[in-house]
Amino acid sequence: MKRIANTIRDIKEYPSALIGLSIIMILIAVSIFAVIYMPYHRAIALWKGADNIWMDNPRNASPAWVNLLPGINIPETIVVDSAGQPGIKTITPIAAETKTVDFRLGFDYTYGEFPKEINIFFTAQYEEIPPHLDLIWHTPDGRSISLDSQTPKHSSTYRVSQSSRLQRRTGGLTPHIGLLAKPGSKPEVPLQGKYELEIQGLTFEEAADFEVKLVVYGHVHGLAGTDHLRRDLLVALLWGTPIALAFSLVAAVGTTIFGLIFAAIGVWYGGWLDGLVQRLTELTMILPALPIYIMVGLFVSRSIWVILLTVILLSLFSGSKIYRAMFLQIKEAHYIEAARAYGAGDFRIILRYLIPRIIPTLIPGFVTAIPIFVFLEASLALLGVGDPVLPTWGKVLSEAQANGALHMGHYYWVLQPAVLLLITGLAFAAFGFALDRIFNPRLRGL
Amino acid sequence: MQNNVLLEVNNLKTYFEMKKWGFVSIGHVRAVDNVSFNLKQGEALSVVGESGCGKTTLARTILGLYRPTSGDIVYDGKSINEFSKGEIKAYRAQLGYVQQDPYGALPPFMDVRRILAEPLIINGVKSRQEQEKLIERALTDLKMTPVEDFLPKFPHMLSGGQQQRIVIARAKILGPKLIVSDEPVSMLDASVRIEILQLMRQLQEEYDLAVIYITHDLSTVRYFSERILVMYGGKIVEQGPVQEFLDNPSHPYTQALLEATSDPDPKNAETFKKVPGGEPPSLLNPPPGCRFHPRCSYMIEGLCNREEPPDFIIKENHSAACWLYR
Amino acid sequence: MEKNKKIFNVKDLCLYFQTKRGPVQAVDQVSFSLVCGRTIVFVGESGCGKTSLARAILRLLPRNVHTYSGKVFLNSINIMALKEEVFRKEIRWVKAAMVPQAAMNALNPVIKVEEQIAEPLLVHDLVQTKDEAHKRVVEACRLVGLPLDFLGRYPFELSGGMRQRAAIAMALAAKPDLVVLDEPTSALDLLTQANIMNVLKRIKKETGITFILITHDIGTSSELADDAAVMYAGQIVEKSDAAHFFTEPLHPYAEKLMASVPTLREDKELDFIPGQPPSLLNPPSGCRFADRCHKRFDKCVYEPPFLEVKKNHWVKCWLYE
Repeated sequence: MKRIANTIRDIKEYPSALIGLSIIMILIAVSIFAVIYMPYHRAIALWKGADNIWMDNPRNASPAWVNLLPGINIPETIVVDSAGQPGIKTITPIAAETKTVDFRLGFDYTYGEFPKEINIFFTAQYEEIPPHLDLIWHTPDGRSISLDSQTPKHSSTYRVSQSSRLQRRTGGLTPHIGLLAKPGSKPEVPLQGKYELEIQGLTFEEAADFEVKLVVYGHVHGLAGTDHLRRDLLVALLWGTPIALAFSLVAAVGTTIFGLIFAAIGVWYGGWLDGLVQRLTELTMILPALPIYIMVGLFVSRSIWVILLTVILLSLFSGSKIYRAMFLQIKEAHYIEAARAYGAGDFRIILRYLIPRIIPTLIPGFVTAIPIFVFLEASLALLGVGDPVLPTWGKVLSEAQANGALHMGHYYWVLQPAVLLLITGLAFAAFGFALDRIFNPRLRGL
Repeated sequence: MQNNVLLEVNNLKTYFEMKKWGFVSIGHVRAVDNVSFNLKQGEALSVVGESGCGKTTLARTILGLYRPTSGDIVYDGKSINEFSKGEIKAYRAQLGYVQQDPYGALPPFMDVRRILAEPLIINGVKSRQEQEKLIERALTDLKMTPVEDFLPKFPHMLSGGQQQRIVIARAKILGPKLIVSDEPVSMLDASVRIEILQLMRQLQEEYDLAVIYITHDLSTVRYFSERILVMYGGKIVEQGPVQEFLDNPSHPYTQALLEATSDPDPKNAETFKKVPGGEPPSLLNPPPGCRFHPRCSYMIEGLCNREEPPDFIIKENHSAACWLYR
Repeated sequence: MEKNKKIFNVKDLCLYFQTKRGPVQAVDQVSFSLVCGRTIVFVGESGCGKTSLARAILRLLPRNVHTYSGKVFLNSINIMALKEEVFRKEIRWVKAAMVPQAAMNALNPVIKVEEQIAEPLLVHDLVQTKDEAHKRVVEACRLVGLPLDFLGRYPFELSGGMRQRAAIAMALAAKPDLVVLDEPTSALDLLTQANIMNVLKRIKKETGITFILITHDIGTSSELADDAAVMYAGQIVEKSDAAHFFTEPLHPYAEKLMASVPTLREDKELDFIPGQPPSLLNPPSGCRFADRCHKRFDKCVYEPPFLEVKKNHWVKCWLYE
């Protein structure tokens, strides 16, 4: 216990270690938060993006916090839904089972830029005959533009921005520009003020009803923005943290422990066993790791667990050269001889006398090795052998690259996962190097 | 008399093969070459010699850490040559081992409690209570009280003397009949050396232990052992009871050792020591005949450099391997 | 040369090291003087500051020095006041040399013995030609008993005793006035040790060089000592001539230390000192030995003065006030 206390006291003297450790703590906190806030299955489902769950999000939107920068006012997404506002509907029966259902969905548009796109979503309840809807767009300056009439199915979408008929009516402008443009402005600027979408509906059944949701897509979304599939990148950035940490930790632990054990066995028994361990070590040193991962990804499975297993298998012997040198020294230690004298067996000596001796010197290396595996996972994802279902940082990077994010100016898409990778690496490196100075005092400057 | 002999070493040889390029044998290092002696129950025997004379190899062979090349070690009536690997382990546990460097002899990552519990756990003392009892007794025997203060300490928190006491406590915790101590105080400060040696002496008397005390320091020998055995070049050159040995050193090498040992005496500054020059022999290619003959001023040409001297009896129990006494 | 000239005088020498937990007072207010041609022996247990004293005298300091103060007079020059450059050029090796601990293992394994012994001569421009250097090397080798045919060999081809002789020859080649020997025989075998001691004794007789011998081995120290001093916890607690020192030590620590040395030629009652020396980080304010002293009394809580009890016999203890 006192040793741990001493180590903590030592750490306090290295600001880099403190910074590194705090970042690691934050990453761990984020991981725990991610796992609790967004359980695994939900995260996977969200990332898969089935059932149009992301339909309210704009495509390729920057993170919303860019609006906090002075002088920037980029449109955010505006959603107006009749379902959330009971009592706005004016229902008038006009025939036996026929009713008119009228209401208006209003919103204030205060941005200096046009929205990214406009969609209107309908949900309708009916037995046989769907309701019929006329849609009229009221601008702040009192103009009314009628949109395409709709006969919504149980669930349907009117893609305003893609309606070519509407485009003709708005003077050849893309509808989401035409509908909001100040008349006569060239180039077009949006007219600010209160817009209304008037819905004049006709239902033909006693129990029939419908709801309308107007979505005026902005250019920014959420904390992390969205990708080309309208998915909130926050899911991947949040969930990428526990995955990156778990992957690298398991990989680092696995490679270290096996390397240690094999080296210890080789050194302790000597002879042909030592030879075998050394030859295997040399063999793994010359094996080209990256192509092997890619092949495993292509032919076996792209599951992160399979890749993890491959990483560990490939580095079973990787550390043993360094450990061997240490063990050769420790093997001659007097306390080992003493242990032999009081009857300790081979396995006890290896596990309780040889290995614990080098653990302190190993911890720094272990900590600095963690980011290597974080980067490895990201690199593999970038090379297209990332896990197909898991939201990881590497996956985000890979998709950003595949969709020409940088070319299209979606810097946030690349920068966010890259920065996360970078600070993770920096944090572990800073912490590890400081630990190295603490555990191996010879490296300390005088 | 014969029945209380605890350890009998007969014509013991421990050689190490020297290899060139990893496989071509270029001879043997004769670290222990034809050594015979007896040790009685409760007796303290000093083994004296300079570094490289084979005394540490002798100790390790007796402890079962090296297998003898030939010869026999009989402990408590049983020859260790006939032991299987498991029996060797059990045999090792019956002997206590105290090493030279106390800090190196203690695993730095274990606390005192753990260090002392290890031999117990390994040798089947499973009950926690039993362990605590034995640990407490071992520490009390070595005057490490209050025991609770020392149990949670790590070796680096202890002084050299305290570390060595832990090493001794560990050596005797299993209740051995024989303790082999290899230069137990040579790395300690003068003021604590005596304390450690006196503690060992007390333990020896209290528990009727046999002790093999390996040292290069002749001046401590008279206080802590009954019998002495001098080794040179892998062989015993002289052995006998301490007082007789000090009064009547017979082998020229022993005489040189005694001459070279300084007592604190201001008169020393005025005289030169009569000691031979030269170096101890190589154990890989020892000189023929008496191994000391190249440095010996009494060398008899044609005898000492040809034929190996046998043990000549000087007095009862006192013998020297030197042709001067033929 | 005047017979009783004091060639060496140390006054209030302090050497503290900076550590993370504060300054370590390795050498604290050490004062002593030395008459030309006499050898002084410093004895003490490990960590008492004797090696630091040697380094402080020759200004061979590590980088973490906290305090380095006092006066060191060599031939009436305060060498502490000299600039590093001057000290290095004119004092170290030239006037005062040192044989460090385990010097025999400090020889450069790829340089021949002769070049190694000649090195300090060439560095300090003490010789102009190679012949002259060779002459000085041969002279030094004769002094230490190093056979001349070893000069062409490499250090690893020599035995420990011979390497130690080479290391001593290296210190002697420049004919310094003062040589500090730090545990010159501790890693050697008994017979070799005795041989080296014989060599040092002969050098002392033949050349009149002043030696400062630092050792933990009290028995061996008596071989060379004209004067002797005991160090405890960074301070000198007793200093006298050898005759008094080895037979009737006055300071309780020296007394006990002497009683703890086993002797070969007589059977005496051995004693030991319980406890451990104090930490040099925060040494006790009074007498530093008080905690372990069997003769302590009220006054020991104050720092005792270093008193000349008899002629040339100094003791730092209240008992002799």
